[in-house]
Amino acid sequence: MDATAPGATFTRAFREVGATVLGFLRDVGGSSIMLAGVIGRLYELPRTAHQTFLQMELIGIGSIPLVIVTAVFVGAVAAVQAAYQFQDYVPMVFLGTVVGKSVILELGPVLTALVVGGRVSASIAAELGTMKVTEQIDAMEVLAIDPQRYLVMPRIVACFVMLPVLTIFADFLAIIGGMVVANATVGVDYATFVEGLRLFFYVDDVISGIIKAATFGVIIGLMGCYNGFRTHGGAQGVGRATMQAVVSSCTCILITNYFLASVLFRVIFYKGD
Amino acid sequence: MVTIECRNVWKSFDRKSVLRGLNLKINPGETVVVIGQSGTGKSVLLKHIVGLMHPDSGNVLIDGIDITKLSRNKLFELRMRFGMVFQGSALFDSYTVEENVGLALREHTDLPDEEVKRIAEEKLHMVGLDGIGDRHPAELSGGMKKRVGFARAIAMDPKCVLYDEPTTGLDPINSDVINNLIMKLSDELHITSVVVTHDLQSAYKVGDRIVMLYDGKVLFEGTPDEVRNTDQPIVRQFIEGRAEGPIAVGNAE
Repeated sequence: MDATAPGATFTRAFREVGATVLGFLRDVGGSSIMLAGVIGRLYELPRTAHQTFLQMELIGIGSIPLVIVTAVFVGAVAAVQAAYQFQDYVPMVFLGTVVGKSVILELGPVLTALVVGGRVSASIAAELGTMKVTEQIDAMEVLAIDPQRYLVMPRIVACFVMLPVLTIFADFLAIIGGMVVANATVGVDYATFVEGLRLFFYVDDVISGIIKAATFGVIIGLMGCYNGFRTHGGAQGVGRATMQAVVSSCTCILITNYFLASVLFRVIFYKGD
Repeated sequence: MVTIECRNVWKSFDRKSVLRGLNLKINPGETVVVIGQSGTGKSVLLKHIVGLMHPDSGNVLIDGIDITKLSRNKLFELRMRFGMVFQGSALFDSYTVEENVGLALREHTDLPDEEVKRIAEEKLHMVGLDGIGDRHPAELSGGMKKRVGFARAIAMDPKCVLYDEPTTGLDPINSDVINNLIMKLSDELHITSVVVTHDLQSAYKVGDRIVMLYDGKVLFEGTPDEVRNTDQPIVRQFIEGRAEGPIAVGNAE
């Protein structure tokens, strides 16, 4: 049969779609099993406290410069865009409200997770991937040290703890950035901005942002570890795993964000009757 | 000392059969050398013995315990009886030499840090490496890395040590240092040893028994002298290193 015939093309396309779907399901299954394994061993966390604190430092402290730049400019652009849309229609006192709400509910958790996720999941996947291809993980197994407890658990727990901390830090910086830009470009004084910020400020919003950030933290750590552990094929394999970790974590963050928002704002923190 | 028994072990990767009904028994205290072409499953056999791989079918028994049926926790307990020296050393590159050697002690015992350091230094002394505990693996030569791998493998006083191509990539003198070390560890610690190698000089020197794998099975086993003097054509071609003969060279990796 002619390989270029429409039938052959269709078959190949069908096969590739099938392989992609199967690969996706395998990854979902594999990463879920890894996460379940970590949750099931959480009682052993005190034994890996040293590694966990080390990872918290690497992930948290190491991401601060990136978070500062991202947050300040996200807050600034939020203020500029809102001011542009408000002109002649909405009083500028609400500028603080819009910047605060958008940063705390959405921009802070999601953008922090995306930029930190890119940095951290790539770094975890590259480190564990290199350990995998150089048999260091096998060596650990032979020493009767469970790599899931020793390597995976500290990284996922560190991401789970540090993402909310970084997100709160980013929220604060973004609001400051928005306030400074609102004052400098639109002439909204600081007191008016803060007044608007306080108008519809709910603690529930902050809590929902923290819940989102913690969930994104688990995704970042898990995708880095899962792709690192699946690495095979030398340096090229490490590169592939690193790229896959970033793609997977960013995609999962955006998809999970929608479902989390639905659950958090339509069920848990719903303020309707 | 440990008894190892593989019964009718089959293992395939991507439909390619590597082990095809392998049977092998290794007695306590024995040093068995496994030889064979690349791709005949020598390293795969080692990984089955220590539970890093599981057979598609068949059984691997360690002291009579079938490790293919063990839970993950029980498997980790059983691995405490083993040490393994990897082909590429597989040292943890973010740790110092002392941390590499002492890692298992820190994880599995309540020994104070000073005692762990003392034991790590003692093991490093056994392999002829004194005063390098503070260095990182990247600062060591290939031979030194191998010896640190030895020290790490014996840190927990295992009953069996597995060696995956211990002399590969080393010069002849360093290779002999490693051979002497394998014999010394076997004599002093009275352990069972399984050595996978292509290096026939090494095989003749360290082995009590040499096993040749071919086509995923044990083709021949005997003492070093029996291997040297055998008429088996496949073994002869392998030990003489001839391209011509019954072994299809195209099948080698």
